[in-house]
Amino acid sequence: MGKTLFEKIWTDHQVAELEGDTCLLYIDRVFLHERTGSIALQSLEAAGRKVRNPQQVFCTMDHIVDTLPGRSDRTRVPGGEAFIQTTRSASHSAGIKLFDIGDPGQGIVHVISPEQGIVQPGCTLVCPDSHTCSQGALGALAWGIGSSEAEHALATGTLRVNRPRTLRVDFEGRLPPGVGAKDMILHLIAAHSTAGGAGFAIEFAGAAVRELEIEARLTLCNMAVEFSAFTGLVAPDRKAFDYLRGRPYAPRGRAWEQALAYWRTLRSDDDARFDRIIRIDCAAIAPTVSWGTSPQQASAVSAQVPSPAAAADAAAAKSIERALAYMGLEPGRRLTDIPIDAAFIGSCTNSRLSDLRAAARVLRGRRVAAGVKAICVPGSSQVKAAAEAEGLDRVFIEAGFEWRESGCSMCFYAGGESFGRRQRVISSTNRNFESRQGPETRTHLASPVTVAASAVAGRIADVREFLR
Amino acid sequence: MKKFTTHRGVAAPLLRINIDTDAIIPSREMKRVSKHGLGEGLFAGWRYTEPGGRRPRPEFVLNQPAYNGASILLSGSNFGCGSSREHAVWALVEYGIRAVIASGFGAIFYGNCIRNGLLPVVLPDAVVRQLAAAVAADPQACPLTIDLQQKTVVAPGGGAFSFAIEPALQEILLQGLDPIDITQKMQRRIASFETTYRRRRPWLFEPG
Ligand code: SF4
Repeated sequence: MGKTLFEKIWTDHQVAELEGDTCLLYIDRVFLHERTGSIALQSLEAAGRKVRNPQQVFCTMDHIVDTLPGRSDRTRVPGGEAFIQTTRSASHSAGIKLFDIGDPGQGIVHVISPEQGIVQPGCTLVCPDSHTCSQGALGALAWGIGSSEAEHALATGTLRVNRPRTLRVDFEGRLPPGVGAKDMILHLIAAHSTAGGAGFAIEFAGAAVRELEIEARLTLCNMAVEFSAFTGLVAPDRKAFDYLRGRPYAPRGRAWEQALAYWRTLRSDDDARFDRIIRIDCAAIAPTVSWGTSPQQASAVSAQVPSPAAAADAAAAKSIERALAYMGLEPGRRLTDIPIDAAFIGSCTNSRLSDLRAAARVLRGRRVAAGVKAICVPGSSQVKAAAEAEGLDRVFIEAGFEWRESGCSMCFYAGGESFGRRQRVISSTNRNFESRQGPETRTHLASPVTVAASAVAGRIADVREFLR
Repeated sequence: MKKFTTHRGVAAPLLRINIDTDAIIPSREMKRVSKHGLGEGLFAGWRYTEPGGRRPRPEFVLNQPAYNGASILLSGSNFGCGSSREHAVWALVEYGIRAVIASGFGAIFYGNCIRNGLLPVVLPDAVVRQLAAAVAADPQACPLTIDLQQKTVVAPGGGAFSFAIEPALQEILLQGLDPIDITQKMQRRIASFETTYRRRRPWLFEPG
């Protein structure tokens, strides 16, 4: 019987079979950031352990560092300076590559890893960050771990991993205009609940996924964790190879040819068996927006806020009730009638160049509605520079957006900047949890074009009305 | 690492689904590069009246005298979803929680529990509700007993419920083992795998 893409990568890295379903896997790449990497490096050192393969470990400053212009080690996050400086000194003494503040390669970990060619098809990559699954978009097995597991990977070059089951999600057909990867993943989670992918390594497949550019595939895989999956991945194809060619850490010359020959074998065999298959008809996907406090609480932008009475069971009804109370919404209200206070374009989900270009197309010649605070945070310093080179910064600024330095910024609240209490934010990020973007801040997840359209409208808007 | 063999303690119900790690330990409560000093920030957004404040919100379950000294949490599905921050587990452990019983856990959180001597127990929702009901009348007088060797949770009335856990993980908890030490015993095997692997996939190590 054939093998799935996941099985091929898993087997290739299997050092030993341990008890039950657990294997010892070889880890090709470890990425760290100053929020959780700092403690991993610090406690590794405190235990008298060494980083086994420093040249396979990378680190960035993204979570705590300020994104306001003129930034330094000082940040608005209380105690933030210590995270930055501990990370810097621990990285230096461990001999690992750090994309520090001011480095042209700095940026959000899941944005810069592909950008630098650090993640590659068929490799294993881990990071003490739950959205590491994003990087599966290049055909890698990439997943998020805790700090102790990061110490394990750093010290031993391996991880003990419980083998997940396999799920293939087929996005069939073509995406309608105004609909993109963010809508696909929100639609999937809304239809199958946040628990839908629990215990699975997901292969995203189907015509619509093949059509997606690499940056959009990164968006799709980014939220596999919101679907409770172990990770998500896409079979690498010409698009992936073209994307990687010439990147700083990508193979060159003879090594490139060798790599390419292997990468071409990285697809699920036709007769491979998946434990589960989900099919989604892309024609049925609309621009999708969340209305609650879990990514599964999302609907087509044309829908109304649902009623708890319509929930599948008592627990779900309770959670809708709680969510609506938190969000300050009543059942029956049309989503497009909900006014917003702020709009945020950024995060590892949607802050790459193609996201900014798409949002700029909506914003060009338009203005953000009065009273709406609008912020754009490019995902990496390179994305920022590339956007500026083509004048996108002007489009954002002229429309009334703030234009920031790269980092996680207000994707999450760490005691520094926030949108404020009960402020309603439409956001291109991935988590609408209670207080995620600030105490009592109300987050609506959406695609960057929906965020741009909503910023202009001053309320949640259907981007299709903005497309000529 | 602290061992987990058997534990008997007061169980507090927090029967919501999707309790994420931001809720367990808000990011603003992670003030230092440290695994310590996090217990105070546990559930801070629900436990205190003000963000960053320390005035208890009386209605929050862990603030109620009936649940004083609670060491077991009963919760809804997908507990510990969201951010990978191990601080959520460090905060629970420092607060005094030894086990969480829920119908499902965030995968990274589950792994983090094992590494810190906190037992994640997976039982169906109906059983979790039954356990909550069994302790509700007098939580202090009706503790739950968890036996990891037997893999059972025993309700105050005597009903026992079996749960499953990977044998390797059960062993780590029972013995209080450090997985890094165990893996380092396989050093030779790792080194020999690495040698052949590097020959097989050289571009990952020498980009050319
Ligand atoms: S952008 Fe947001 S979700 Fe992504 S890594 Fe940063 S904090 Fe996490």
